[in-house]
Amino acid sequence: MKPTRVTNSIRTLRFAHGEMTQADLAERIGVTRQTVIAIEQGKYSPSLEVAFQIAHVFGVPLDDVFQYPASE
Amino acid sequence: MAHQEKRAWIMLVVTVVAYTAYIVVVLRRANGTPLTEVAYAAVLIASIVLAIAANIVLDIATSLGTPRSEYKADARDKEIARIGDLTGQSFLVIGALVGMGLAMLDADSFWVANVIYLGFVLSAVLGSATKIAGYRGGFQTW
Repeated sequence: MKPTRVTNSIRTLRFAHGEMTQADLAERIGVTRQTVIAIEQGKYSPSLEVAFQIAHVFGVPLDDVFQYPASE
Repeated sequence: MAHQEKRAWIMLVVTVVAYTAYIVVVLRRANGTPLTEVAYAAVLIASIVLAIAANIVLDIATSLGTPRSEYKADARDKEIARIGDLTGQSFLVIGALVGMGLAMLDADSFWVANVIYLGFVLSAVLGSATKIAGYRGGFQTW
């Protein structure tokens, strides 16, 4: 499987929001805890809808959650 | 481990065990005689029925004690399942086409049935392996 170039700051954001657990985040966005773990580890890029849901949970723009390098 | 990944493992293991058992029984019954003379039908059906039953029982057993939030398939599970099913489906079609070709050539029913059964097995094995790879190695939609 081709690795994604998308990185994320979910782990940092969770800790900045009262040490939110992966299970709490999973429940709020309607996915399993394993899916949150896979997203954090960059093993799964969620749908745009789930990505926005994560950003809404933390109250930040999408760019603050997911980053993509501008050039090679 | 995600619940849907456990289900893929169960399908893979049960399918391999059931098919291996079927092959062993048929080869023992053949014992030197041509395979087309072996009474294979009841064994084939039994291996399929037992595999389905084992899948259901093991699925229920692994679901017990799992919270509903973890048991229910989410977006990632559905995407991985779709790719796995598509991979497996191709072997199902190949098995059906080869079986159809053999029937048209008036091949013995033993070969027709066994090619179709092998198609089922390869479909389940490849489909499950693809799903497990999706969970283990990563799965990207972007």
